[in-house]
Amino acid sequence: MTKNFEDHDSNNLIPRNDEFGLSKAEQDSKFIADQAPAPLLKQLLGFWVTFKSMFKKVNTVQYPEVKEPTAPRFHGRHQLNRHPDGLEKCIGCELCAWACPADAIYVEGADNKPNENYSPGERYGKVYQINYLRCIFCGLCIEACPTRALTMTNEYELADDQRGKLIFEKEDLLAPLRNGMVKPPHPMYPNTTDENYYRGEVTSAHPSQGTVNND
Amino acid sequence: MSTFTEFDPYASFRETTEGRVYSVTGGDWDSLSTEIGSTKEERVVVNMGPQHPSTHGVLRLVLELEGETVTETRCGIGYLHTGIEKNTEFRTWTQGVTFVTRMDYLSPLFNETVFCLGVEKLLGITADVPEKATILRVLMMEFNRISSHMVALGTGALELGALSPMIFAFREREKVLDVFEMISGLRMNMAYVRPGGVAQDLPEGGLEKIRETVSQLRKNFKDNEKLLIGNSIWMKRTVGIGYLDLAGCTTLGITGPVLRAAGLPWDLRKAQPYCGYETYQFDVPTTDTCDVYGRFLIRMQELEQSLRIIEQCVDRLEKLSGAPVMVADKKIAWPAQLSIGADGMGNSLAHIREIMGQSMEALIHHFKLVTEGFRVPAGQVYTTIESPRGELGAHIVSDGGTRPYRVHFRDPSFNNLQSTAAMCEGGQIADVIAAVASIDPVMGGVDR
Repeated sequence: MTKNFEDHDSNNLIPRNDEFGLSKAEQDSKFIADQAPAPLLKQLLGFWVTFKSMFKKVNTVQYPEVKEPTAPRFHGRHQLNRHPDGLEKCIGCELCAWACPADAIYVEGADNKPNENYSPGERYGKVYQINYLRCIFCGLCIEACPTRALTMTNEYELADDQRGKLIFEKEDLLAPLRNGMVKPPHPMYPNTTDENYYRGEVTSAHPSQGTVNND
Repeated sequence: MSTFTEFDPYASFRETTEGRVYSVTGGDWDSLSTEIGSTKEERVVVNMGPQHPSTHGVLRLVLELEGETVTETRCGIGYLHTGIEKNTEFRTWTQGVTFVTRMDYLSPLFNETVFCLGVEKLLGITADVPEKATILRVLMMEFNRISSHMVALGTGALELGALSPMIFAFREREKVLDVFEMISGLRMNMAYVRPGGVAQDLPEGGLEKIRETVSQLRKNFKDNEKLLIGNSIWMKRTVGIGYLDLAGCTTLGITGPVLRAAGLPWDLRKAQPYCGYETYQFDVPTTDTCDVYGRFLIRMQELEQSLRIIEQCVDRLEKLSGAPVMVADKKIAWPAQLSIGADGMGNSLAHIREIMGQSMEALIHHFKLVTEGFRVPAGQVYTTIESPRGELGAHIVSDGGTRPYRVHFRDPSFNNLQSTAAMCEGGQIADVIAAVASIDPVMGGVDR
C-alpha cells in the first residue's frame, strides 16, 4: 500500500449528472465479490492441470523440420505474374509503388518495341524492385494492381544475412515460365489487343510467338 | 554577464580578459567516500530498464531504494518513439491505417478502428458503413481483446515467477492469431479496418472456424483459472499490491481494468456505445480491491465477456452472408476485390476485366483512389473506444486534403503509466514488477 488518497471522499469525484453515460455501464456491471483464497483441495487442482499437460498433444511445431501451412490469405513474398502466352502482366503503371505506405517498391516503365513485347499493350515494367527491408506486408500493393500482375504468395521464409540480397529484382519476383508459355520478348497473340488479354481471351501461346516452353 | 561568484569545489572559475575561465577539478576520492559512508541512510538509485525483461519492452524505471523499499519511482519513456503520428501526415487516409495499427502493437485492431471511426465521422459516412463491416470490426476487436489480455495475464504471471500460466496464455493467443491470419492474412498489424468498412469479407468456412476457436478457448481458459484464481501463492504476491483507489485513478486519468478494479464500471462500450455495442449482451466486471489481484480478476472475467460478444457476432454474420463490407460510394471505397488463385492473392480477374476491359470510369476511380486518395472535409474530430487497456482516443484534424493535417492518439498505456509512482512508492521493489504488469503498458502505444 502506497500513496494514500483516503482524505478525499471518493464519491464526490464521480460525476453524478450522467453526462458521460455512466449509469448505462452501471446497469450491466458485475461485481466480483468472491476474492477469498480457494480451499486447499481446490488449489491442488492447479497441480492437476500441469500434471495432465504431460499427456496432452504437444502444441509446439518443430519449425525448420516441420512447416505448418499458412492460411490461404497469408501475406507472403510477392510474385509478378504472366499471361498464359508468357507475356508479363506488369504494365509499369507504378500504382503499387503509389499505394505502398512504406516506399518499398520501385518501378520504372518503358515502351514495348513492335513485335518485341514484354507485356501486352504499350508499356512494360523495365525495372521492378521490392525492398523487403522496408516492406510491411500490408497488401495495399496487390489491391492496387490493375492487372493482377502483382500477387502475394504464402512464402514467408525471407530472412537473409545480407541487406543487399533483400532488395528483390524483377527476375527474383517473376513467376516461372509454365507449360505452354513463351519467354518474352515476343509478339502479341496474332490479331489481338491488350484488352483481349485482360478479358482472359488469350489462353495459350500461338506458334507465331516463338518456341513454347514444354515443362 | 552573470554575477554568480559562489565557490564551486568541482568547477570554480575566475574572470579574465578573455572571459570566464573554469578550472575543473576532481574532488578528493578519499574524502568523498568517507562522506558517503558517514550518512546513515542507505539510499540507492537503480535504473530498472530499459532492457529489463519485466518492464514490458523498453520502459525505464528510476527507482530510489532504501533497502528493499521503494521511496521514489520515476518513469523514463521515449525509447520506442517511432514518429507514427507525424508520418501519418505524409500518407493518404487509407495508408494511415497501416501506420496507426503499429502504435499499440498488442491491440492493432483497436487503433485501426478508432482511426477509421474518426475519418468516417469527418467524411459524414458513419451511417453508410455496412452493417456487416461493423459486426466484423466488433468481432475482430473482441478477439483482439482476448489476445491482448492473454499477453497481459501471461507475462504478468511470468514476471511474478509463475511459468505455466504464460505457456497456457500464449497457447490461447496463438489460436486467436490463427483467426486473424485466416480473416486478414496477417497475425499482427493487419490493417484490416479501412475508412468505410473492412478490407475483406470472411473466407469460406470462416464462421465454423471461429465457432470452433471460441469453444476451444472457453475450455482452455479454465486451465489458467484453476492455476491462478484463489491460489494462495499468487494472492500473496498480488493482494494489496499496487494499490490505487478510485480517487487516485480519477485524479490521474486512469481508465481500463485499473479503473474498474477501483470500483467504477467505466466501460465506453456501455457508457458511450460505438459500432453498435449497445445491441450486444455483456457485463462490465468490477471490483473494489484497487489492487493487482482485482485487476487480474477483471481481465479474466473480460475474456468470457468477449467470447459472449463474439458468439453474438457470429450469429449475426450468419444471416449476412454475401452482404457488402465496404461503403457503396466508389469515391471512398478502396477499390479491392481480392481473390486467391494458383498465383497467390491478388485482384480478382472479374475486377481486372471490369477496369481494364470494360469501364474507363472504374479505371479512373481506381487510379485516383490509389495515387491521390479521397478528400476529407476540413474539420476535427475526437473519437474514443474501449481498448483492452482503457480509453483509446483519436484526435484527427483535416484541412480538406487527401492527407491528415494532424493525427494524435490518446493512448491509454501512456496515461495509465503515470500511476506507476502512486502504485509503487512505499512498497517493496519486487512489487514494482507486479504493479507495472497490472497496468499492462505497451511501449509502442506510449511513445508512438
